[in-house]
Amino acid sequence: MKAAPFAYVRPGSVGDIVAELARDGSKVIAGGQSLVPVLAMRLGRPAQLVDINAVPELNQLMRDNGSLRVGATVRQRRLQGDELSAAVPLVRLALPWVGHREIRSRGTVCGSIAHADPAAELPAVACCLEATMVLASSRGTREIPAAEFFTGALSTAVEPDELLAEVVFPVAKPGEGFGFGEFARRHGDFALAGVAVRVRTSGAAPSARLTCFGVSDVPVTADVSGQLRAALDTTGPVPSRAALVGALAEHAGDIALDLVDTAGDGHASPAYRRRLISGLVAREVTSAYLKATRSESERGSR
Amino acid sequence: MTRLARVEDAALLTGQGRFLDDLDPLPGTLVAAVVRSPHAHARIRSVDLEKARRLPGVAAVIGPEEVLATLKPFPLSVKTPHPYYPTATDKTRFVGEPVAVVVASDRYLAEDAAELVEIDYEPLPAVVRTDLAMEPDAPLLHDESEGNVATDRTFAFGEVDAAFADARHVVTRSYSFPRYSSMPMECYVVVADWRDGADGPEITAHANFHGPFSMAPVVAGSLGIPTSSLRLVVPADIGGSFGIKSAVYPYISLMALASKHAGRPVRWTEDRLEHLLASSSGSDRLMTFEAAVDDDGVVSALRVDLVDNVGAYLRPPEPSTLYRCFGNITGAYEIDTVGIRARAVVTNKAPTGLNRGFGGQQLYFGLERLIDDIARERGLDPAEVRRRNLVPSDAFPYATPTGGIYDSGDYHRALELALDNTDYERLRKEQAAARDRGEWMGIGLATIVDPSATNIGYVGLATPVEDRTARRGKSGSTEHVRVTVDPQGIVSVLLGTVPQGQGHATVARDLVAAHLGLPVEHVRPRVELDTATTPWTISSGSYSSRFAPLLTSALLEAADRIAETIKVAGSVLLGVEPERLELADGMVRVVDRHDRAVPFRHAAGLVHWDPGSLPDGLSARLYEEAAFTPPQSKAVSRTDQINSSLCYGFVADVVVVRIDKESLTLSIEHLSSVHDAGTILNKTLLEGQVHGAITQALGGALFEEMTYSDAGQPTAGTFMDYLCPTSAESVFPLTSGHLETPSPLTRLGAKGCGEGSSMSLPVAIANAVADALNAEGVEITSLPLHGNVLHDLLMTANGD
Ligand SMILES: Cc1cc2nc3c(=O)[nH]c(=O)nc-3n(C[C@H](O)[C@H](O)[C@H](O)COP(=O)(O)OP(=O)(O)OC[C@H]3O[C@@H](n4cnc5c(N)ncnc54)[C@H](O)[C@@H]3O)c2cc1C
Repeated sequence: MKAAPFAYVRPGSVGDIVAELARDGSKVIAGGQSLVPVLAMRLGRPAQLVDINAVPELNQLMRDNGSLRVGATVRQRRLQGDELSAAVPLVRLALPWVGHREIRSRGTVCGSIAHADPAAELPAVACCLEATMVLASSRGTREIPAAEFFTGALSTAVEPDELLAEVVFPVAKPGEGFGFGEFARRHGDFALAGVAVRVRTSGAAPSARLTCFGVSDVPVTADVSGQLRAALDTTGPVPSRAALVGALAEHAGDIALDLVDTAGDGHASPAYRRRLISGLVAREVTSAYLKATRSESERGSR
Repeated sequence: MTRLARVEDAALLTGQGRFLDDLDPLPGTLVAAVVRSPHAHARIRSVDLEKARRLPGVAAVIGPEEVLATLKPFPLSVKTPHPYYPTATDKTRFVGEPVAVVVASDRYLAEDAAELVEIDYEPLPAVVRTDLAMEPDAPLLHDESEGNVATDRTFAFGEVDAAFADARHVVTRSYSFPRYSSMPMECYVVVADWRDGADGPEITAHANFHGPFSMAPVVAGSLGIPTSSLRLVVPADIGGSFGIKSAVYPYISLMALASKHAGRPVRWTEDRLEHLLASSSGSDRLMTFEAAVDDDGVVSALRVDLVDNVGAYLRPPEPSTLYRCFGNITGAYEIDTVGIRARAVVTNKAPTGLNRGFGGQQLYFGLERLIDDIARERGLDPAEVRRRNLVPSDAFPYATPTGGIYDSGDYHRALELALDNTDYERLRKEQAAARDRGEWMGIGLATIVDPSATNIGYVGLATPVEDRTARRGKSGSTEHVRVTVDPQGIVSVLLGTVPQGQGHATVARDLVAAHLGLPVEHVRPRVELDTATTPWTISSGSYSSRFAPLLTSALLEAADRIAETIKVAGSVLLGVEPERLELADGMVRVVDRHDRAVPFRHAAGLVHWDPGSLPDGLSARLYEEAAFTPPQSKAVSRTDQINSSLCYGFVADVVVVRIDKESLTLSIEHLSSVHDAGTILNKTLLEGQVHGAITQALGGALFEEMTYSDAGQPTAGTFMDYLCPTSAESVFPLTSGHLETPSPLTRLGAKGCGEGSSMSLPVAIANAVADALNAEGVEITSLPLHGNVLHDLLMTANGD
């Protein structure tokens, strides 16, 4: 379990990073929490590792009008604890589920998104929130919406010479509520199945969007506004938690049937994953809806 | 400052532990990497080591040719023609089997060179499932044998067929038990040195091996040297084992050979991938249990059919998983008629071996599930069926039909204590109410006999009586110790058990200090074992919870003799006969005149400095060795009976589980566990053993399994898939109760206590889940149990 030989560089600027990445066989190392095991098992043999941790500007976490910009070396734990992330509640709900504290204090937000594990939390959050990825290379900078970013298990739209320089999350607006949940066999494991939810109650009719993870080779997003409205038709607009969960459960099975398309593994068959997703969808859409209505009424009373 | 609970802890907590991977016992050591088979079953057409040998920094590369040129097959426990070497020679028989070894200046280089070893394989059909391996047309693992059944023995004690013919009811069930390990923190480490001496090779090997030292002659046998030419050294800290490290021994031979070729000492540190692939685990088992039962649920006879999957080789001490519990195969029950068939089958999986509970978790999974199934069939409460069958309290010492002699116990009282600690009657009412609400709540029991201080003679059972050589029997539960006193009166204790973290040093220190009337700081235990200097015999080692019953008995014997010498020296100083003296408060004093006293250290000093003043005929000896040799541990009888352990403790577990209907997540709401390990030597350490065994049981019951694809590829090859419970999974309400029925056979009445719940809790949890899902028509016949498994079971029960 020792890595094959590789070269190592630690550039001091983004310009130098992208210049190094332009060399064949180069690979970014950020927190190393996914890459180091890959190297140690010789599953990957990059010719050169480009350590991005010496560039201060990549370590920026900032609020920029309606968005939160998270730089390439910002650790998951920092985002979890920073006051700024309160503006993106879904991120706060999801981060405690990412591995363990020790992992989060080294692992980066961008690294998780760039690594694109199908069972990872942050890629699902990015998809649910319609985040934007900013990619830099010696050819220039481009932006990609989350919906187009994840192309398969462990593969993304990032070209070999590109750096995921930052991810831009939209901050929550009044009338938005969020839900997040997952099941894993143990605390801190990658999810067998999980869901991130955003509900909006500010418009004419409430809308709901959810992204499931662990159930396909990429995060899968669906608009479930219709199902939410149908459920609310039976419960009325101010339902109890139990009533709304019950009403949504009527639809959750079909949603799960639609979204779960993994072949399954020894930990969870597709059928069991559907069972998990059904429960999660009903519970987390309910949570998100109740929070959204609360956030709206708070605004109204202000 | 409050004192640490264990003398071991200060070093461990401050990073001062002495683990072999951190030590450099032999200067100039090179580093090895092992080339392993990617195939479950393949013929080796050719092996080309030249490219690897040419890589700069590589000192030696060895493969099957070098192995066959120098090593002999390891001597097996049975006569089956299954030659077993530390590498594959003709064929590879499991994924991860060593084929070659590269020795280089560092591990990176060694792994680079390992990639240059070229092996031409001809893949063969593989078989991993026990049932399929027994079929006539199954792929044959060992070409010289007739089939994959490596040993097949049938035993009958009492009129078994008649008992079943006469039975009012016969309850028959088949179960399977999974393959899992106990995941030590540190993996295998060996540092080996081969020297050619005047009388042949002299091998020094440092390894985190903890016995049984019956493996020392097995290693020496493969090296073709007398056992005394193999010096085995074990560091103080071995990073946990739970039995798993006993299987490091093939690598001792292999690295010794690598050292011969490299001309330098060689270190090999197993990494976690290698460990998960190819180290060891408990065996997985298929079994059928059958009971002859009367209307009241009383069992009069038992039939047991056990088939162990031991992986690719019958690696010693296998097939011992079948026999370790032979004397207690009828468990905690008064059953005097029993029929047994015991088979071990080879398949294209990694070889198996010792794992905490060794054979017990497999046996009791069948027996205790059966008791619950009997209860269900007879419409009785499982606690009541147990009450009706338990060995009565006045029956001890109790002889089992298979030769076991249960030394002491009070099973009824222990069971009632376990039930009372959960308020069992109230619990059943609560369960009924939960059922009415549509919830899944279950209560599971297990009552088991916890054997300790194994009599390794049971290995003989694998050989039919007509093939056993008369007067070449094997037996023994001996443990060794040396106690010495220095000129300042400081007592050193050298232990022959090789602890894996149990706290032997702490208990040894406390016992000797109390026995010699010394402050504990004046007793210094040492736990490093060196076969050249530590007293040992074949049965030495840390396995089957031997320390508490055996080693402490030896310890007190040696301490007694030290005390005698000290008293004689004291009598010289005090002018009082030794018989009137006692040792207390660091002094040698007159029994009823405490002011007439001399310090212990002066008495010790006299023996060292002024032996001329001792009475004539007394030897000036402040070192004493003792070997506790219980006569109750005899070899297998001609009628195939054996007292397979010296001591038999008891465990009663009552566990409450709840299953979330939506996610099928299983949670443990409460565990009441009662242990009777005889006299308790140290309450804190006993409790630690109970907690550890519970956590490992939890692993087997809910999380861990070494799975393989049908083609023989391991599918739990990393910690992403082989899931050990962590602290987050292991926290639940536990009521731990204790009973003390001292063993009449050990010096302090202590029995072993390290394994109990690892045998009982897996099946107790299975019984609880079966109880919870009883109304759903779900049968629980295997482990592990988790949401995915329950989902499938429920779907099957619903006909989906
Ligand atoms: C025990 C354990 C448990 C874990 N559990 C979870 C979990 O439950 N959920 C979860 O989501 N994750 C989990 N992880 C993974 C963890 O979140 C990683 O930190 C994360 O996936 C990768 O981030 P990193 O900064 O460590 O990236 P690295 O390991 O440094 O890199 C990972 C990959 O991404 C690429 N990369 C990284 N940053 C960039 C960038 N800025 N631009 C382009 N490419 C880049 C690298 O080249 C590499 O291919 C776990 C990890 C461990 C060790």
